Formats: sequence, C-alpha cells, structure tokens
Amino acid sequence: MNLGTALVPLAFVMWAVTYPSRALPMLAPGIERLPKWAVTYLRLAGPAALAALAATGSLLTTDTPPHLQLGVMPLAVALCVIVVWRTRLLLAGVVAAVVLVALARALGLA
Amino acid sequence: MSGAKPDSGVASGTTTGGSTERESRGRLVRDGLAIATYAMPVGLVFGLTALQAGYSVFDVAANSALAFAGGAQFAAAGLVKTHSSWLAIAGVVALINARHLLYSAALTPYLLGQPRPERAVMAHFLTDETFALALAHFRRIGGFDRRGYWLAAMFIFVPWQVGSTVGYLVAGAVDTNRLGLDVAFPAAMAGLSLGMVSGRRDAAAAMGAVVVAVTVGLVGGPSLGLVAGAVLGPLFGLAIRPSAREESSEPERPEPSAEAGLP
Repeated sequence: MNLGTALVPLAFVMWAVTYPSRALPMLAPGIERLPKWAVTYLRLAGPAALAALAATGSLLTTDTPPHLQLGVMPLAVALCVIVVWRTRLLLAGVVAAVVLVALARALGLA
Repeated sequence: MSGAKPDSGVASGTTTGGSTERESRGRLVRDGLAIATYAMPVGLVFGLTALQAGYSVFDVAANSALAFAGGAQFAAAGLVKTHSSWLAIAGVVALINARHLLYSAALTPYLLGQPRPERAVMAHFLTDETFALALAHFRRIGGFDRRGYWLAAMFIFVPWQVGSTVGYLVAGAVDTNRLGLDVAFPAAMAGLSLGMVSGRRDAAAAMGAVVVAVTVGLVGGPSLGLVAGAVLGPLFGLAIRPSAREESSEPERPEPSAEAGLP
C-alpha cells in the first residue's frame, strides 16, 4: 500500500482556495446590511445552484468538449424529481433513479 | 427539502416553537440519511479514482478532510493523473468551489448571532449538501439551530471520509457504474432543489440556472457551466414579478436569527 504523503500539501492548497469562498460571507462585516434585492438574489441562489449541479451532472458528458446527454441519466433525474414531488422523500427519488439506471444498463439500453 | 410543499419558516416567521424545531430536526435526519446513503458510495468512487491517480491512503484522507468538496476532489484527481501543475489544479478547484460564496452568503443571515470563531469553523463544513439541509431546516423553523447545522454537516462529512478511505482500500470491489450509483449525485441535487422551490420566482431561478448551466457548460465545460448557472439563475427569478404570497413572504432584511435573538 502507498503510504506516501506527497499529495498532502496539495490538499492544503485545495483547502486554501476553497475556504475563503466558504467563510468570507459568513465573516465579512456588514453582510447583514444587504438591500432587499440582494437578499432575494441570495435566497434564489439556493435552488438555482442545486438545479445547475443536477443539470451539469446529468445532461453533460464528461469528455472534452462536453456534449449534451439525452439518455437514461436525465431520464432518471426526472424520475427522481417526480418521485420526490409526489412522496416528499428524497431517498425514494434517489433509489428510483439508481434502479432505473442500473436496470437500463443491465438490459443493455444505456 | 425532499418535497415540493412550501414550508419556509422564514416565510411565515411564526414557526419557532420547540415542537416545530423537533419536527424539523426529524425531517433533517430523514433527509440527511438519504444524503449519507449516496455520499458513502460516491466517496467509494472517489477513493477508487484517487487510487488510479496515484494518491496514497494519507493523501486521500487529507484531501477529503481538508478540501472536503466532492466535485473539486474528482476534478483534482483527474488533473493529478494527467500531471497538471498545482497552480492549474488550484485554479480549477477555486472555480468549482466559487459557488460556496453564494451558499455562505445565503446562510449568513441565520448565523449572525453566533461568535465569529464558531462561524469560521462552521464554514469549513459548508458543502452543497450541508447548505441544502441546513437552509431548509432554518427556513422551516425560522431561525438558527446549532445542532441542526452540525447534524447537516456530519451527514455528509462522516460518510464522505469513511467512503473515500474505504473506497481506496477496497479499490475495484464495487462497479459503481453498473450499479447506477453515478446518477445518485445529480438526482439528489435535483430533489433537493425541488424542495427549495416554494414559488414561481424559485422555479424560474432553478429553470434559468439549468438552461444557463447546460448552455455555458457545452462551451466552457461543466464547471464553468455550474458557476454560470448558479450566478445567473437567480436573475431569472428576479426578472419576474413575485406572486402575492411570495411578495408577502420575502424578508425585508436577511435576518431572522440575529434580530429574533435566537441562538
């Protein structure tokens, strides 16, 4: 087993470029005095960011340059959305999506 | 969180009772378990990826504990494998994780009553999942809940550490693609996003983000698309007139916790 530590400093570098975006708004003085439109913008950033994560993870391929992917992955994500919408259970939606993809691959459809 | 029914405590500002907090924590735990269920296998996949990129077991553990950012960790492992410079890796990681600025700013109104050192520690554990779980919980109860935040954080931190390390150690034992586990992350993100949609402005922001993310992603890559969608998506929501219910539910200031004197 590889027991080296050559990439541990890289982990610190990754922390150093990630932590400021996590911490600065929480620690910056005056952030609480935002105008109303900015508050609304930040409130809308939540669903927008998560939707963007879902879209890039399911609709784009990982090759370079990326291509639009219209197969079982976005279908499974859509199924998850429907299940969550109907049941309010995230786990049920995720399980439905995983099962759909696994089945499609087992049957050679994806 | 895991459903579409509007339930924002911030919106009503009237649901800060103890039983409501317990109920909300119960829901946080249920949603958190769903997160942990997919975080563990995705962590396993990262462990496998890291092994293929030449990481040691200590590198994997340090990466997951310090960077603690799934997508960026995957991207970094891919770049390490192709012998990219650390400067390039740092730039890509910073770009991918820039969205945390928005998460942090969105949570800040609830954290203003907390000491800065505590906020500084809490910031390290802010991920997509922590944000989604914590924000929904804070909205439901209309204020800050320390235990709720740490529950949200640990539902992703613990399985991620365990999954990535175990994945490295048992490399090759799990065929995640054959099992369909690669869809778990985008599916969970879509479900969590749906849980935050409580009006047409939220819906417009989410759908606008999808269009922007995919369009920009096709040109500049998924990471750039993700950041563009997260930054520009809310503008779609701001561009449309809020419904009467949304108008009355939007806070005048991003307070609830500070001014309500909650913990």
